[in-house]
Amino acid sequence: MADIYLDNNATTKVDHEVVDAMIPYFLEQYGNPSSIHKFADGVARGLKNARQQVQALIGCEHDSEIIFTSCGTESNSTALLSAIKAQPNKKEIITTTVEHAAILNLCDYLEKEGYTIHRLPVDKAGRLNLESYKKLLSDQVAIVSVMWANNETGTIFPVAEMAELANAAGVMFHTDAVQAVGKIPMMLQDTKIDMLSLSGHKLHAPKGIGVLYLRRGTRYRPLLRGGHQERGRRAGTENTASIVGLGKACELALRYIEYENTTVKELRDRLEKGITESIPHCFVTGDLYNRLPNTTDIAFEYIEGESILMLLNKAGIAASSGSACTSGSLEPSHVMRAMDIPYTAAHGTIRFSFSRYNTMSEVDEVLKVMPGIVKTLRKLSPYWEGDGPVANPEQAFAPTYA
Amino acid sequence: MWDYSDKVKEHFFNPKNAGAVADANATGEVGSISCGDALRLTLKVDDDTEVILEAGFQTFGCGSAIASSSVLTEMIIGKTIDEALQVTNQDIAAQLEGLPPEKMHCSVMGREALQAAIANYRGEVWKDDHEEGALICKCFAIDAVMIEEMVWANKLRTVEDVTNFTKAGGGCASCHEDIEAILEKVLAEKGEKFDPDAAPAAQPEKIAAVKTPLTNLQRIKKIEEVLESLRPALMADGGDVELVEVIGNTAYVKMTGACNGCQMAAMTIAGIQQRLMEVMGEFIKVVPATEMAKLTNIEVA
Repeated sequence: MADIYLDNNATTKVDHEVVDAMIPYFLEQYGNPSSIHKFADGVARGLKNARQQVQALIGCEHDSEIIFTSCGTESNSTALLSAIKAQPNKKEIITTTVEHAAILNLCDYLEKEGYTIHRLPVDKAGRLNLESYKKLLSDQVAIVSVMWANNETGTIFPVAEMAELANAAGVMFHTDAVQAVGKIPMMLQDTKIDMLSLSGHKLHAPKGIGVLYLRRGTRYRPLLRGGHQERGRRAGTENTASIVGLGKACELALRYIEYENTTVKELRDRLEKGITESIPHCFVTGDLYNRLPNTTDIAFEYIEGESILMLLNKAGIAASSGSACTSGSLEPSHVMRAMDIPYTAAHGTIRFSFSRYNTMSEVDEVLKVMPGIVKTLRKLSPYWEGDGPVANPEQAFAPTYA
Repeated sequence: MWDYSDKVKEHFFNPKNAGAVADANATGEVGSISCGDALRLTLKVDDDTEVILEAGFQTFGCGSAIASSSVLTEMIIGKTIDEALQVTNQDIAAQLEGLPPEKMHCSVMGREALQAAIANYRGEVWKDDHEEGALICKCFAIDAVMIEEMVWANKLRTVEDVTNFTKAGGGCASCHEDIEAILEKVLAEKGEKFDPDAAPAAQPEKIAAVKTPLTNLQRIKKIEEVLESLRPALMADGGDVELVEVIGNTAYVKMTGACNGCQMAAMTIAGIQQRLMEVMGEFIKVVPATEMAKLTNIEVA
């Protein structure tokens, strides 16, 4: 069987149609969009078309609200730094404990610069408490930044509601939506979201292209100053081929969004059900009833994630893990820690994330090999004996340094 | 994904001596479940000869943790416990044909489990003498706890100090921001403020820089002098360096001991070259002596 790719929240395959749309911008229309000659005269049209394709997918009011950037991280940095530069008197930022590093590490840095960062905690199912959020909103807050959907568990946050609350308090609202765009329908013009980040490579466009949605009228300071590109809001020669590719990818995502929420969701559900029924001592993390249709994150207790991934890889299956070892850090994923998942399970979490390219026979293949992989590793585990975990695992095996 | 050697993969996919030894008389348990790796090593030791007859491991951990455990059992079976204690974590890593810097702690865990098991056999209590922090310097595998301790103990003030005392930051220099953060933190705890332009706390012994152009003989003597001053640091890591030949402004050196074949050898050579250039005030290229064979005609070079 051909290799099975179930790591689509990490990145995706570029769609053939996207590649085809891009190629003329490398070989024929390679002129600088600012130039006046025939190598460039189709480029501005291509960019405009792409802008409208993105606009259609996220449902914003004007295509001029789309700013093309180099990636989701750049969009996130631009949004937060713009908000604090435009409102120098406001010294607080509200975010969550489970954001992507692109937000968390930036906030850690801003904290060192003297900003107060409020990091909203989540419960064991990865949900936020809106009451405590309301209490934090004040005229001291420069911006709220909350992800639309979590990359590890797929848990969806109530960003539309949170944006309403922020707006009522006169606070800017940004959402990192790189995991959500293209997987769930959105209509930004009906929300009070001021800024939104998205990333091309999460929806079958190439890496190195992103978007910052900036609601018309939102006070803004560019991150990169220079040329007049993107109406002076993001200087630097346009990545024309990738912009056109992203536009095409957005058009396709809109076309497939129902498929994503029906067929792709069925694949995910079948895998999840199959695994949890056939393997003892494993559980699904996150908010089971409010998740991206393509994501499942399963904790396999008493074994470690990188080992699982290596055995999956050997079987031709690609997934990812929240274990410390996969990242080279000493802590398991901050998302698992925030949800208070015990260490014996947090290190053994595996995320399977689907795309429209996956098939049911691939799910069956994973279901065939997964029980054996878990069994093999549990045989090696000091927390496992025979057919079950040792009694009181955390006490029975408590190594010298903890 | 990590760039694991074939040997690591071999031991991971087909681990040797997995599981507990049935009638073990020595058990060592080390690791940290919060960090995601923990190991129980069980041994059967012959009471008369003190030879390790059987060894078994149970490991919760990543690919390299399981491979380190597996290769360790292979290395110690048949050895007496005194011989087994000679096995270092470098030996374990070498047996696995190397580990990525982030994964060296897996080999340390193997060695510690062995020490713990032997202490248990002898009726002693093994105490772990090191605490591990987040990996800061990936070139030399130095963690945050080590840097913090050195900053405290030696009153270090600058990144250069930290590099001089721990080697951290002496390679690619990408971790300098993190080292500054540690300095800021520790100095704040001491009621001081981190100043990036502060004079270094302690200068390593420096040889007076040369001002005038050198003759070849002077150059060779000076190079010897500099190598001599660097030797203690190399020997502390179980290595050494030997000057083989100087041709023009190229110095050919032989790395010996632990430096020989070490993945860091290239980094060390770059460090030697840097120091030589500082002292001699001229461009010097340091090249492993093995490269000499590639010179087809030494006279022309």
